[in-house]
Amino acid sequence: MSTTGKEPVAIVGIGQTKHVAARHDVSIAGLVREAAARALADAELTWADIDAVVIGKAPDFFEGVMMPELYLADALGAVGKPMLRVHTAGSVGGSTALVASNLVAARVHRTVLTLAFEKQSESNAMWGLSLPVPFQQPLLAGAGGFFAPHVRAYMRRTGAPDTVGSLVAYKDRRNALKNPYAHLHEHDITLEKVQASPMLWDPIRYSETCPSSDGACAMILTDRAGAARSPKPPAWVHGGAMRSEPTLFAGKDFVSPQAGKDCAADVYRQAGITDPRREIDAVEMYVPFSWYEPMWLENLGFAEEGEGWKLTEAGVTELDGDLPVNPSGGVLSTNPIGASGMIRFAEAALQVRGQAGEHQVPDARRAMGHAYGGGAQFFSMWLVGAEPPAS
Amino acid sequence: MPDTTRHAREVAVVAFAQSDHRRRTDELSEVEMVMPVLHQVLAQTGLKAGEIGFTCSGSSDYLAGRAFSFTMTLDGVGAWPPISESHVEMDGAWALYEAWVKIQTGEADTALVYSYGKSSPGSVRDVLTRQLDPYYVAPLWPDSVALAALQAQALIDSGETDEAALAEIGARNRASASSNPYAQLSGAVPQGDYQVAPLRTGDCPPIGDGAAAVILAAGDVARRLCERPAWITGIDHRIEAHSLGLRDLTDSPSTRIAAEHAGVFEGPVDTAELHAPFSSQEVVLRKALGLDGSVSVNPSGGALAANPVMAAGLIRIGEAAARIHRGESDRAVAHATSGPCLQQNLVAVLEGDRA
Repeated sequence: MSTTGKEPVAIVGIGQTKHVAARHDVSIAGLVREAAARALADAELTWADIDAVVIGKAPDFFEGVMMPELYLADALGAVGKPMLRVHTAGSVGGSTALVASNLVAARVHRTVLTLAFEKQSESNAMWGLSLPVPFQQPLLAGAGGFFAPHVRAYMRRTGAPDTVGSLVAYKDRRNALKNPYAHLHEHDITLEKVQASPMLWDPIRYSETCPSSDGACAMILTDRAGAARSPKPPAWVHGGAMRSEPTLFAGKDFVSPQAGKDCAADVYRQAGITDPRREIDAVEMYVPFSWYEPMWLENLGFAEEGEGWKLTEAGVTELDGDLPVNPSGGVLSTNPIGASGMIRFAEAALQVRGQAGEHQVPDARRAMGHAYGGGAQFFSMWLVGAEPPAS
Repeated sequence: MPDTTRHAREVAVVAFAQSDHRRRTDELSEVEMVMPVLHQVLAQTGLKAGEIGFTCSGSSDYLAGRAFSFTMTLDGVGAWPPISESHVEMDGAWALYEAWVKIQTGEADTALVYSYGKSSPGSVRDVLTRQLDPYYVAPLWPDSVALAALQAQALIDSGETDEAALAEIGARNRASASSNPYAQLSGAVPQGDYQVAPLRTGDCPPIGDGAAAVILAAGDVARRLCERPAWITGIDHRIEAHSLGLRDLTDSPSTRIAAEHAGVFEGPVDTAELHAPFSSQEVVLRKALGLDGSVSVNPSGGALAANPVMAAGLIRIGEAAARIHRGESDRAVAHATSGPCLQQNLVAVLEGDRA
């Protein structure tokens, strides 16, 4: 039995579509192929260089196609290759990247294409999430109705002022203006406009919610030898983890779920991070409703309990702040649900590769990608660096 | 000692449990169907859910009729304190593959894999049409039996089989299922009328509900948990083009490639558990895997005796492993399929330590 340890994993190609409300010009297959082709072009590789494909998306009901990986095999050059389909609710984009990363780390495959997508315009996500199920708590009106009470609980618990949520939305929408792939480009955005937008699920206002997007994100992951041939600087995986906890039980803390804390702790342990606030240069965090930024700042260990909103209020999470959060504009600006987690992971990788363009955080050496899903019960995270991992 | 040097770590199936597969389970939620199976498979090893290194499940929202259906079955695992866990929207055989990869990374020494499907609440023949190309084919609603019949007719036209031979396959599988207490159909089942010619009722799988679970373990942990572990000496899966017009339906190149990578052809096989929901598909798989008359094919009765969609493939791995655990097999091949007409196929080789 060999105990040679894991193969280091490098991200050498990243591709996204321009995310929009409705891509009427392409099929689902056309959409995913566009992102995959861009990732291959970025890595200067061809379909023949890919050993396996790992694809993720959120529920099949969102497009009305059951197990669409079967239909997408041709479009993703997977014929004759292994193809896996991951589905872990909203965290799926991150989980999918981690499954692909494990294939390389385990030396099962050398170069893997991973991709996540959602083409929300083909169906209605609100409907897809609100199917009535006997004997279970209804999700009410989509995800917002489920999460609003937990935001309210956070505000009560921490004493955060009402204004924090709008600060996050205003920041992320401005960051999105620097990201050519972001869905929402609100050139006339002001803090006052965010605060004046209609209340949807108290305390969540319209401008503090994510859009419904069509889009796909792809990455090429490879081993050390593959990284050595990479024409552009690779990003290296320093740590990655998934954690899950039950949906509903008496002990669940919806404001700061234990699974999120444990997942982050595992990633930091793998990456040798002891002080995330100081040692991590940028964070791409899954924030579908603005208040989740301060909540996750605490959950991920960037702030003490009850203190997350103070970082947001002080401008620490701004693009030019001490700890930029969602320099890409985040989920609040772009939300092809199944792809949203992978976009976080990919944007973190872009940052440490120095390839993030106008929304680049200067000299980002270590960045975190974060995703969550279900009833805030599934978490997936990775930490990527500009240098190969030490061991 | 089986040769497991193909991969970094020795990994074995050390426990397998399944539900009674039944035509309907109206009185059971998915959680209630899965929980006894989880308890049984854990009891076989003495492990508790919290001691498992990684958990992975396979299921389908479309069968459940709701988005994120797997979130509720996770509650049945008892994921507290939080666990390292993932899910594939595929047959549980692919969940097992993801778990096997996780163990290969060294991040886990044990894994719990489970899958389940309730076909009874809807019309599974219609539901499976939603797997087809959503723009050009799915709107025509060609159902799963009709597509399998196309494949069967292609086999008959090419001289690979005939209706009598197909009937024998159905009869043999149901006869074998007589010794399988979990099977839905067993014994002398009439061949019946045409469902879609040339396939008769006896050539088609029963529609039913069921669940299965497997525990994987690495190296010495496996030896501690199981008297005769079923070592996974090779495992691979491959997919083919989706459009039926692009494929030779009488052949399964993806099965053959997966079998080559899994090492099937590197030694003799005594048992094969094939995920062939239609009798005609057994013909295709036997050819792709090079199985001759010396191999015991589907001693459990296979998918023709019980076909809980999303679990039937994992059950093939479990049944093959259980035969190794019992000393009835030394080197078995297990196969799982997904998609119309054997589009996607997984092949694993399982071996027991030689006495």
